[in-house]
Amino acid sequence: MKILVPIKRVADPDNANKVGVSADGRTIETSGMEWKINPFDEYALEAALRLTEHGVTKERIGEVVLCSIAPADVATTLRQGLAMGAERAIVVEQDDSALDAFAVAEILAALVKREKPDLVMLGKQAVDGDASATGQMLAEQLEWPMATIAMRIEVEAEGKRLKVGREVDTGVLSLRVELPAVLTASDRLVHPHSVRNGVTPADFSYPESDGGRYASLKGIMAAKKKPIDTLTLADLEVSPTSLCDYTQFRLPSARGGQAVFVNSVAELVQHLKQDAKVL
Amino acid sequence: MGPILVIAEVLDSSVRKASLVALGCATRVAQEAGTHFDVLCIGEGASQAAAELGSFGAKRVFVTEIPGGYVCERYLPTVTHLVEQEGHKFVLATATTYGKDLLSRCAAKLKAGLASDVTDVRLSNGSLTFERPMYAGNVFGTLTLNTEVNVATLRQSEFSEAVPQGTTSEQVELPMQAAPLADRVHFLGLEQVASDRPELTDADVVIAGGRALKSSENFKNILEPLADLLGGAIGASRAACDAGYATVDMQVGQTGKVVAPKLYVAVGISGAIQHLAGMKGSKVIVAVNKDKEAPIVQVADYVLAEDLFSAIPALTDALKSAS
Repeated sequence: MKILVPIKRVADPDNANKVGVSADGRTIETSGMEWKINPFDEYALEAALRLTEHGVTKERIGEVVLCSIAPADVATTLRQGLAMGAERAIVVEQDDSALDAFAVAEILAALVKREKPDLVMLGKQAVDGDASATGQMLAEQLEWPMATIAMRIEVEAEGKRLKVGREVDTGVLSLRVELPAVLTASDRLVHPHSVRNGVTPADFSYPESDGGRYASLKGIMAAKKKPIDTLTLADLEVSPTSLCDYTQFRLPSARGGQAVFVNSVAELVQHLKQDAKVL
Repeated sequence: MGPILVIAEVLDSSVRKASLVALGCATRVAQEAGTHFDVLCIGEGASQAAAELGSFGAKRVFVTEIPGGYVCERYLPTVTHLVEQEGHKFVLATATTYGKDLLSRCAAKLKAGLASDVTDVRLSNGSLTFERPMYAGNVFGTLTLNTEVNVATLRQSEFSEAVPQGTTSEQVELPMQAAPLADRVHFLGLEQVASDRPELTDADVVIAGGRALKSSENFKNILEPLADLLGGAIGASRAACDAGYATVDMQVGQTGKVVAPKLYVAVGISGAIQHLAGMKGSKVIVAVNKDKEAPIVQVADYVLAEDLFSAIPALTDALKSAS
């Protein structure tokens, strides 16, 4: 199975409260913040690696290709993914700050036509724009079936189709999807038993983790030799169109006042009844 | 601006309450723009659910019965066919997992701009302007869509529900359109978590627990009596869900549900940025946390820095004896 994993680099999500807005409100400022792999893309990558390996022997049984639409220095971020175990990477060199999900999907669709993967796996949302749209739009442009917010995957029919559990508001919705397809990852896709590829023994358990695997020293060394190709939009013969125009940004209004520290349950109840009037 | 289409979400032959805010927004925008709105009620049990939609002032309620559970690829051709046939210029739904799945793909099929998870919709000079949270609610962006058709999903907690108008909408059967991808994706089932409590996104009170509860038994024994007493829903942090103390449908945050109840009680939740993104719109926030420096304190109105294992049962008892 060949899996394409689009990776977006985002300003460090654990410091998202340090994101600023320029004085004229026209741009979002993230200068000084570290670039990280969008966490949901990292879950997609971890799941893609699990789908393409024998869990016990770590023998590779498929190929994972990373891609990113960003300025050239995104290569540093992609190396991290190569160190985790992906085979190779592609940079589509392009300022991505003004691209909306539709435009990103157009570029990815062109890349899919060139790479011909069996599966595209990406995060259910990028934690900067928080739109949750790119995967759906890509599937539509490719005219492929999709399964968004995947929290568990089981390979069926020797890799011709997947059984996918989707994490929806009211529980888990299961789909059977024929490949090629687009999947978007929820964070639960990295739970110990969430990916079953039919080669790894069914009782195999991945370690508990709240993200992707750590790169081994061997993986880091190997990543230095793995190819990262660079393409332009002209190479892909695509001229993407953004359909959204952001005109203004602002920081959220602060919640009113300092927290009141109460000393007892009785005092809390009194405040909730008399001041807050919520009881 | 031309007419508006609301996509109503059908679950178990009923309209999900979440859809009422999309109806409310459509009512307001249609009035301001001097146009009308229609509703599409689509899915298994749509014919039965449509009866709930007749009194909100929609010009027509289109009904498409599609057997089997929700599969985007089976619904989509019918949705876009209707939009094109009726010339709808604004297509909206509530930003549930269903709304975001269906409308994102719908926007791509219509080659229409999408504003996802918006917190505000304004009409000026005949065109729509949206505001939406980004970076886990740490920045708000104002945007317009430069296409003739605008598609949006609405953050439920930020809009008012529609109220019945005392009118009766015309009901129109709309046949399901051929779905070319239907043989490549199949619905297998929906495992729902049964609960007698209100849905998280509908509740006036949310009692939410974190990893500090230490087990699913504690989650149940400590939080449930308080939630039951206040008629509240139970929420959880991602850490608590990952540890298996709570089910995934209970997660509040950037991943999971966004809630804005009148009262949010965060029990043993430290308040990671991702969690705050899902609850800081709550009217009153109470943090019960031994750590006075925890990030949850920055958004809390009241902080009780006591051991939750004694404080929550004591709070439950105090409210019980007071009522």
